[in-house]
Amino acid sequence: MTERYVLAVDQGTTSTRSIVFDRAGRLVAVRQREHRQHFPRPGWVEHDPEEIWANTQLTAAQALRDVAGLPGQVVALGIANQRETTVVWDRATGRPLVRALVWQDTRTGPLVEQLAARPEAPLVRERTGLELAGYFAGPRLRWVLDSVPGARARAERGELLFGTMESWLIWNLTGGPDGGVHVTDVTNASRTLLMDVRSCRWDPDLLDLFGVPAAMLPEIRPSVGVLGTATALPVPLTIGGALGDQQAALFGQTCFAPGETKCTYGTGSFLLQNTGEDLVRSRHGLISTVAYQLAGEPVHYALEGSIAVTGALVQWLRDSLGLIGSAAEVETLARSVSDNGGCYVVPAFSGLLAPHWAGRARGLVAGLTSYVTKGHLARAVLEATGWQTRDVVRAMDADSGLPLTALRVDGGMTTNNLLMQFLADVLDSPVVRPMVGETVSLGAAYAAGLAVGVWSDTGALRRNWHRSAQWVPDPKRVAALDAAYPEWERAVQLSIAWGERP
Amino acid sequence: MPGTVQSIERAATLLHAIVESGGQMGVTELAAAVGLPKTTTHGLLRTLLAVGFVEQDQRTGRYTLGAGLLGLGSHYLDVNELRSRASNWADSLAARSGFAVRLGTPAGLQVVVVHHVFRPDDSPQELEVGAVLPAHATAVGKVLLASRPAMARALADVPLDAFTARTVVDPAALLVELQAARARGWAEQQGEFQLGVGGIAAPVHGPGGLVVGALGVSGPVEELFADAARPALRAMVVEAAAAVSRELAT
Repeated sequence: MTERYVLAVDQGTTSTRSIVFDRAGRLVAVRQREHRQHFPRPGWVEHDPEEIWANTQLTAAQALRDVAGLPGQVVALGIANQRETTVVWDRATGRPLVRALVWQDTRTGPLVEQLAARPEAPLVRERTGLELAGYFAGPRLRWVLDSVPGARARAERGELLFGTMESWLIWNLTGGPDGGVHVTDVTNASRTLLMDVRSCRWDPDLLDLFGVPAAMLPEIRPSVGVLGTATALPVPLTIGGALGDQQAALFGQTCFAPGETKCTYGTGSFLLQNTGEDLVRSRHGLISTVAYQLAGEPVHYALEGSIAVTGALVQWLRDSLGLIGSAAEVETLARSVSDNGGCYVVPAFSGLLAPHWAGRARGLVAGLTSYVTKGHLARAVLEATGWQTRDVVRAMDADSGLPLTALRVDGGMTTNNLLMQFLADVLDSPVVRPMVGETVSLGAAYAAGLAVGVWSDTGALRRNWHRSAQWVPDPKRVAALDAAYPEWERAVQLSIAWGERP
Repeated sequence: MPGTVQSIERAATLLHAIVESGGQMGVTELAAAVGLPKTTTHGLLRTLLAVGFVEQDQRTGRYTLGAGLLGLGSHYLDVNELRSRASNWADSLAARSGFAVRLGTPAGLQVVVVHHVFRPDDSPQELEVGAVLPAHATAVGKVLLASRPAMARALADVPLDAFTARTVVDPAALLVELQAARARGWAEQQGEFQLGVGGIAAPVHGPGGLVVGALGVSGPVEELFADAARPALRAMVVEAAAAVSRELAT
């Protein structure tokens, strides 16, 4: 049987990557290109959608060329994208109306406060499973409609289209103004505040609340299933799937059964637990979201806990304090001592996300004595990632009742052995790292490959998943960290209280 | 200064003398500068030459500071940094070869495992990061010994442990094997540490060109050294180690 490959496009916050995988899920080619970050005002973060589209075409063409000499052929394209980033463009010309409003952009704060004061506001949580917050795409779309003269009228006439990044790319890949397919995947749609998370349709009441004309919305489609043919690449490819990046990582980690959980450790960290076909409404500060949907099958849901600052705290130790020369050296410094010396760092640089949702909380270093050295500080910095993960996992246990049997990890921080062992001890659960660290791209490739039959079913994907490392809890450390956890909780409460001072 | 080692003091004095001279000195001048007999000075210089701390101009016979010395300070490589930079290539080597991967760095006369990727078959395996391996009985160890003549010579002064009947414990025989390993750019182990366990490893070079580690695969001898697979496997190991070296150079 000749080899078949799948191309994945990972359209991320800082760059666009095109990666080719083989049937064993091994990486065969990688091409990457960064795009510009625009910060026109404090709190505003924008990307140029046309630059991102050009980078997608370029890197995809390069990756396809890289594998052109190999036996076999590329048979499908899958897309994973930065979530909640909002694009509005002209249907006739394909030109974006404004630059994309990125998920980190906080300009919709006042708008969200106004909307939250409306009597219908409780609908949002009931229908979407999400908090009414500026973090999601809907308020950004509303901002564009309010701020660009004539935009609302044009949108009502069907002249403008809205989409998250995967919609924009799929529309362009399938022809743009010339017959482009205007679709979104259900995981991305679930992050707009406009979709009913049970029926997986746009909700008319929510559209009314946000003042969004239905004519500009893409059609909601399953994450795994043929979306169209990408004709704008050197070789036409079937677009077989699309997922938001964190859902793609869950898929790439093959967390297909209820209770299976992954956490991606980067600048921030995102923990997702598959809750199966049941939508679990969080009462402990997590987000209920769509995990994925295979065409013709029921939607699978997930609980999500987002942590704003994990790797970014190590970068702070490097760039702002100058205590280490590179991020990896934090482990060397932390290993110069045997414990945290009573020191805790709460990295609430711009508030705390899950499970606290305390936007005004500010960071603090607690427990300083003259005994504390930079080694203890480095340890406390690493431990902050572990403690924050424990906060989220505890909320998940309480919400879903699905105990964590193992945490599947990926991302840059997973090469830090001290942190990975700390995680196993603080969670009292094995921590496992897969052989392919590029789980976001792999998830997109898996989705697309499933749709066109490169893999027969999710069982075949599971057989591709292999452990590259595993950390197991040490009972003595587990007990010691259990005893120390209230200290961390106290530090968190102090950081929240600090932000609330009059 | 009680407890200092005389020969190291003398070697340091020689290096200082070369620096103070403005960079180049002959053996006679050096002997006079440090107040030692010429034969003693010559012996010290031969050792410094062997470890790369001095270099000798082939034409004039004069000595200068060696590149190895320069690399020591500015190119110090943190082992955690090494792991983080090597990780993707090590994963990829394990995925492609189907064998467990280890990255080792020198620790005295032994090797410490700084990165370990499981064999991708989901069999029960324990993470061996931090484990110490004997240099003379492992492929990663032999790669490091081959690049460090001083380390290899020091091993000749201590009894070499025999872990299996296959362990090479004769220093002369080991040196021959190390020379061959250095010449071809990879080393093997065939059951010398644990019976039936083989390994293939290649050197990882730091930004200054010094060998900072050894990257290798290990697994059952009969699988690793099956005639059909062996050349491809060697090429994969050498290629992965070179990729890590390139990564470190950027």
